[in-house]
Order: sequence, then C-alpha cells, then structure tokens
Amino acid sequence: MDLKFLDFEQPIVELEAKIEELRNVEFDNDINISDALRQLEDKCQTLTESIFSDLSDWQISQISRHPGRPYTLDYLDLMFTDFHELHGDRAYADDPAIVCGLARLEGQSVMVIGHQKGRDTKEKIYRNFGMPRPEGYRKALRMMKMAERFSLPIICLIDTPGAYPGIGAEERGQSEAIARNLFEMARLRTPIICTVIGEGGSGGALAIGVGDRLIMLEYSTYSVISPEGCASILWKSADKAKLAAEAMGITSDRIREQGFVDEVVREPLGGGHRDFQKTALNLREALIRHLDVLKKDSIDDLLTKRYHRIMTFGSYAEEAVK
Amino acid sequence: MSWYEKLVPAKIRTDASNKGTVPEGLWNKCPSCSAILYNTELERNFNVCPKCDHHMRISARTRLQIFLDEDGQEEIGKGLKPSDPLRFKDSKKYKDRISQAQKKTKETDALVVMQGKLVGRDIVAAAFEFSYMGGSMGSVVGERFVRGINRSLEIGAPFITFTASGGARMQESLFSLFQMAKTSAALTRLSDAGLPFISFMTDPTMGGVSASLAMLGDINIAEPNALIGFAGPRVIEQTVRETLPEGFQRSEFLLEHGAIDMIVDRREMRKTVASILSMLMARRQNKNLVDSENAPEQEEQVSSDQETHQEE
Repeated sequence: MDLKFLDFEQPIVELEAKIEELRNVEFDNDINISDALRQLEDKCQTLTESIFSDLSDWQISQISRHPGRPYTLDYLDLMFTDFHELHGDRAYADDPAIVCGLARLEGQSVMVIGHQKGRDTKEKIYRNFGMPRPEGYRKALRMMKMAERFSLPIICLIDTPGAYPGIGAEERGQSEAIARNLFEMARLRTPIICTVIGEGGSGGALAIGVGDRLIMLEYSTYSVISPEGCASILWKSADKAKLAAEAMGITSDRIREQGFVDEVVREPLGGGHRDFQKTALNLREALIRHLDVLKKDSIDDLLTKRYHRIMTFGSYAEEAVK
Repeated sequence: MSWYEKLVPAKIRTDASNKGTVPEGLWNKCPSCSAILYNTELERNFNVCPKCDHHMRISARTRLQIFLDEDGQEEIGKGLKPSDPLRFKDSKKYKDRISQAQKKTKETDALVVMQGKLVGRDIVAAAFEFSYMGGSMGSVVGERFVRGINRSLEIGAPFITFTASGGARMQESLFSLFQMAKTSAALTRLSDAGLPFISFMTDPTMGGVSASLAMLGDINIAEPNALIGFAGPRVIEQTVRETLPEGFQRSEFLLEHGAIDMIVDRREMRKTVASILSMLMARRQNKNLVDSENAPEQEEQVSSDQETHQEE
C-alpha cells in the first residue's frame, strides 16, 4: 500500500497498479490486450469520477493536506520564470516556512510570497510543516513593502496548518506579526492576489491573505480553526473532525457560496497531486486574467475597492434603535 | 435519597438545598489570594482585590462605566444582532448559544462600543464582554468595532479598546476569521487620520483578537498579570512538549519581550490614558487653535478657543 495516497483513493490506486501491470505484460509478450487495457482505463476514469464527484468535506480537507499535493516551490517552478528567492526578515532570522522572491508571470515582474511545506521528514522539519514563526511574517511584510516601492503586484500562495504555536514564536510576538501584516496589506499600494493552494489555516493563512482577489483551488480549504481543533473544543473530541469540517463549511465551493471567493480554479480529475502541470496551468491562467483586470485600476481606486471589499466581510442583522 | 437521609427522621431532617445559604452578591472571594471581600468595597476598588491587587474580570459595561465620564455617553451599533450564516450546530445550536449568552450577559453580542468623554475629552471606547461566548469576535463585534472607528473619524476623537477575548468565534467560521482583516483595515483609516488608537488589553486577550486589533495600538497597554498571546498555553505545551516558563504570556512577560508599552493598574487607568491622550492630541489641538486664529470670523475663534479650553 502506498502511504502517499488517502484511504478513499486506494481503489483508484489499485486499479492503476493493475493497468500498469498489464502494460508491462503487453510489452513483454507481444500479446494484444489493448482492448482489455482500454476497458480498464475507462473503468478507472469512471471510478475516479464517481469517487471525486461525491467527496465529503472531510475528504476534501484531507486532499487539501495531501502529502503529494503541489507546494509553493512547485508552482514557482511551473507557473513563473526567473525566480530569485529572497531571504530573511533583517531582524532575527529567515523562516523557511515562508518562501518569498521576485519572479516573472508571463513576462510581468511580480513578488511571490507563499507558505512552504516539506515532502520528506527532513524537509518537513526544516519547513516546520509550513507553520511560520513571526520572522516569516515579517519577512513577508518586508517583501510586500519592497513590492510596493517598485510597483510590483504581489501573488500570495496560502498553504499552512496555521501560525506556529511555540514558546519562541510567542516571545517574538506572533500576534503582532500577524496583526501588522493584516494592517499593512489593507493599504499596500500595489495589487495583491491571494490564492489558497492547499490548507488555509486560520490567522496563519490570513496573515498573507488580505488583498484584492481571493482565489481557491478546487480541493483547498480555508477555515478559522482546523477541523480537529474545532472538534476538540466544541465536541470535546478530535475524532469529531469530520462533523466540524462540515459544520464550518471549509471547502472552496462552500466558501464561494459564502461570498468570499472570486474564483474557484478547477483541478484535474483526481486532484492536483495527480497532475502538477495541469493544476499549475489552470492557476496560472486565472492569475494572469485577474492581474490584467486589477492593473487597469488606478492605485487609489484599487485601494478604495479593497477597503470596501474588506468592510463587507460579515453577516449580521440590524434593527432600528429608539 | 442517601442512606443517611433515610435514617434521619423527617422532623429533624433539614433540606440540604436550603442549608447555609448566604444572601448572594454580598461577599466575594478573591480567586488569587482567597481573601473574602465585601462586595461594595470591592466595587469601590474597581474589582481589584485590596489585599493582593489581583485584577478580577469585569463586564464590558462596568469597564466603560468606570472608564468614561458619567455624562455624554452614547452607545454605537446597538441595533446590530448576530445572525447564524452557517446554521452552525455542534453539540448545541449556535442560535441557542447566542440566546443563552444574551440571557446571561444582557448583551446582544460580545462588544460594547460607546462615544463618551474621558476627563472632558471626546473619545470612542469599545469593550469586550468576556462572559458572552468567551468574548469571541464574530461579525457583530467586527462591525461594531468599525462603526466605532468611523465615529472617531467623524468627530476627530481618539479610539480605545478594552480586550477580553478568547479569539475568533468558531461558529461563524470564515465570517469571524475575516473580522481580523476588517478591524485591522479600519485601523489604517484611524492611523491615516492621525488619531490615536489605544489598545488596553485585559485578561485574557488571545488568538484572533490578539493577532489583529489588540496588537495594533499606537500605545499597547495591559492590565497586571493578564494572559495575552496568540496560541493558548495548552496548545503550545502539547506542541512543544515542554513545560512553559513561569509567567509565560502574562503582561509582565510581554513587557519584558517588548510587545507592550506599559502595564497599568486599573485604578490608574483613567488618569494614565487621559494624560497620554492629552500629549498625543496636543499637536492636533494646537493646529485647531492656529486654524481658528487664522479664521476670518471672530465668533468662530472664540467658540473654538472655548472648546479647546474645555478639553484641557
């Protein structure tokens, strides 16, 4: 069993293994089994379609954290050219959980800021599982200010379980670092497009998530607290994460219904981890399209619209007071 | 009925529920030093234990009452009511939690905002009600906060918040998370207008509230020994698997690490804030004075002078 796949993906993986096996047989023995192969491939397609057309919110939440999912550095490789990574907050350290740098998107210079998770154990630890410390957010802010100075649009790629809950992080002002980014991003004089590419974990995600557009990949999630965290507080048991995921409505489609998302970018059948290239291509197309629109506005108009956009967040009733 | 109660004849049996009741609300016990305190005396001392100086949690309305001058108070955003956009339900419905909290606190949501005066100076003040769902920030809290700031901008007055909150309100999911962005964005307007924002953090100020509006004060103040931080101590302990150092995430710890400007005793709150504001607003007042001196109409100058005088 390949541990890189989720349990509900197993039937697909098994079928694919069978197909692969048959292909090898065909190659070795020169027997014509292409009909059988095609049939199996069709079956695999149908199976994947049927599994993925009926995913629960919890299953989508698992895909958003899929260990094989493309990460920020993969997108940097596939969507951008001439990437120059820039390091450090100039005050304390460089935080590998956030990657920043200059790059080109279809020739246009941009600043890219994104959370970065690790693939193997060593890299996971190095990237701190994509959980930034204050220096990460301050590095991001330094880059945003630079982008503002040189009139470069900012592309944020969000993929984090949350800001790191550690002793050092608290000592160095995790709260302040997040708050400062929210404050500055609201008035930064350059276009900002935020995209959730995987896990949008609470304040740790939002700290690079305030801007003119919010895009979500189809199988990404965004929530105020992880389903496990919510379950352990409200249901007093982390096992109820499935219920919590549903109650909070954390998937891209449900968040679009709530009115926060400008576009949900579709992923290839079976999820982004099955086809990096195609996922990146879809996202790239969307980014270019939104950027073109944003660039048409004057900076003052852009900021007014951004402010009004932020001010519409919320749902409440109001009655007249005598 | 226990075996003992069965044993005792009905005549001499006393009803346990009636036993030893003391009239409620007369005495209070300090949670820190366990001293038994006479309530009237405690209230006179702003709910600070006279024996050990422990700052007890107080309601939003009590806070504003002891902070603002008695007259000229006007509540802002009073008609706002929470809605339940997700029809959220855990072991209990969010709707039921709301009505329960409303009954318990007599507040419609976890933030009370008022325009008023502080030692004669116009000010807008907001206070979190911790007893209302842990002072959690949902859509109503965010909207009231913004309206408070808008009032500040309108009348050119400073803005102050007293935070007491566990963070964002899970039951509103992204609606509540985005209040962090909303409140922070509104503060940029205040900052651009050159109006001071004082963040007065009280016990506890955690999570999404601390990671947005609370840490953005021009002046960050904390009450003694308040718990202030991003992640809760239990979560951190589980993550790092270490015992947390003594006094971790307390006001004194924050002061030492440079996160706050000062720790202010509740009994000094009015005096300290008024004094700071008079300095931060000094240039503004002088500017108004100069403007009015240059003004062509004599009458305006006089009234303006009087205003400035009153403010001082």
